[in-house]
Amino acid sequence: MFNARDKCAIAGVGYTQYSKKSGRTVRSLASEACLKAIEDAGLDVADVDGFVSFNFNDSVPAIAVATELGVPEAGYAVDFLAGGNAANLIVLNAVAAIQSGLAKTVVCYRAMNGRSGFRLGGGRQMAAHGITQFTAPFGWITYPQAMAMWCRRHMIEYGTTNEQLGSIAVTMRNNAALNERAMQRQPISIDDYFNSRQIVDPFRMLDICLESDGACAVVVTSAEHARDLKQKPVYVGGGAYGGGPQQGEDLFDAIRWPDHSHNYSKYIAKDLWASAGVGPEDVDLALIYDCFTYSIVMQLEGFGFCKEGEGGPLAASGAIARDGDIPVNPHGGLLSEAYIHGFNHVVEAVEQLRGQSGPRQIKDAEIALTTAGAMTCGSAMVLHS
Amino acid sequence: MGYEKPLPAPDPETEPFWNGCRDHKLLIQRCGSCGTHRFPPTSYCPTCQSGEVDWVEASGRGRVFSWIVVRHPVPKEVYADDVPYTVAIVTLEEGVRMVGNLVGIDPDRVTADMPVVVRFDNVTDDITLPAFAPAGA
Repeated sequence: MFNARDKCAIAGVGYTQYSKKSGRTVRSLASEACLKAIEDAGLDVADVDGFVSFNFNDSVPAIAVATELGVPEAGYAVDFLAGGNAANLIVLNAVAAIQSGLAKTVVCYRAMNGRSGFRLGGGRQMAAHGITQFTAPFGWITYPQAMAMWCRRHMIEYGTTNEQLGSIAVTMRNNAALNERAMQRQPISIDDYFNSRQIVDPFRMLDICLESDGACAVVVTSAEHARDLKQKPVYVGGGAYGGGPQQGEDLFDAIRWPDHSHNYSKYIAKDLWASAGVGPEDVDLALIYDCFTYSIVMQLEGFGFCKEGEGGPLAASGAIARDGDIPVNPHGGLLSEAYIHGFNHVVEAVEQLRGQSGPRQIKDAEIALTTAGAMTCGSAMVLHS
Repeated sequence: MGYEKPLPAPDPETEPFWNGCRDHKLLIQRCGSCGTHRFPPTSYCPTCQSGEVDWVEASGRGRVFSWIVVRHPVPKEVYADDVPYTVAIVTLEEGVRMVGNLVGIDPDRVTADMPVVVRFDNVTDDITLPAFAPAGA
């Protein structure tokens, strides 16, 4: 279990414009976000000695950013080949590096041309090797198609409805309307949801997250160091990474997973809350990985905001709205702000906990949950001011 | 025009399965030590870690565990003529799960736990894909 409660803190955040077509290299986007995060912390590139990122063969390695920015000693440069499940893991990895002495101050980032370059939601190569030979030949190819299979299981087990999923899409869009960096700010109604194109039952277009070009970054350092810097520190209170049994042979495959009506969150919640010394009832806001509307439902249940099967009704009750009991994704989430593979959730959590979120600020936000992942494996953190 | 959809690339672990399909037999692995059935094929048994493997013919009967209906084709040019099509995860009688297309049924009439039986579709000279159809249809 994570045993570094409050030993490290996030001292800076940075992000680029989120767009459909950046017209820039992924390295340039990564460097901009990292440089802004370093400056936000009140640091110089010479104060940084580590970079940690994750990619899907669609980005640049950490050393490329360190090289472009002229970091004198980037001794700790690490890349995870992973999906959104790593979007909190990279911060936990930075904490581990700092705690072990491998690094002192680490920049974590995710950068991608997710719309104009490599599209994660797109097809795959036509020769199906390895585990893919038991999925792709049947036209089961894209992540929306993968996740729809999970959502269906939840509908079968618990009666979750498209009305409930639609209410999540509407809530996220309403939140994004207050967010100047969100890519989709035009409010939608439940009718708009039902009128949006059916992509793969049970998902419509508005169940599916955006595709985005952009990058975001945070600076992680020791709590002691963070207290001397420019911004109010946001402490890493707790964290967890993992999943359950039979996670599969790649991120898509989950044929042997016990039951797709629940995901990784059910398996890591206990360690997460224990490591932080708080529970779901203590959280002021939650940044929940919403690659699809449905993934919020599963994680509300898995992280203990409600019982299994009650995530749909809870989400539709208004509880996840900005003025609800557990505000979720006040920036509009991956559904409406941008899809920077879930790392934009960490940036939003930090700004909220610093009280810097302007018109979308959640009042008196002191403790936030951030989550990353939707399927068999994921990571999560408890951050606090 | 040739076959443009993804084709399985059999490897040393999976070749017996695909050879079986070509003979219209649905073969799955059974652990030579503890007897647990498993699919997709692997070298070691996740229950007892034994490397002894027998290939056995499954009954071909199962039930729909979950399913999706693809309405937006991806890649578009490959699946444009197929939509809407149904992909299901089927739990076979032997306890393992297998993915396949559901055929012979209107996508809107699929239900959970629906009994299905295997069918075989010879898509190329070398490759036959398993599919599932409603039992008794």
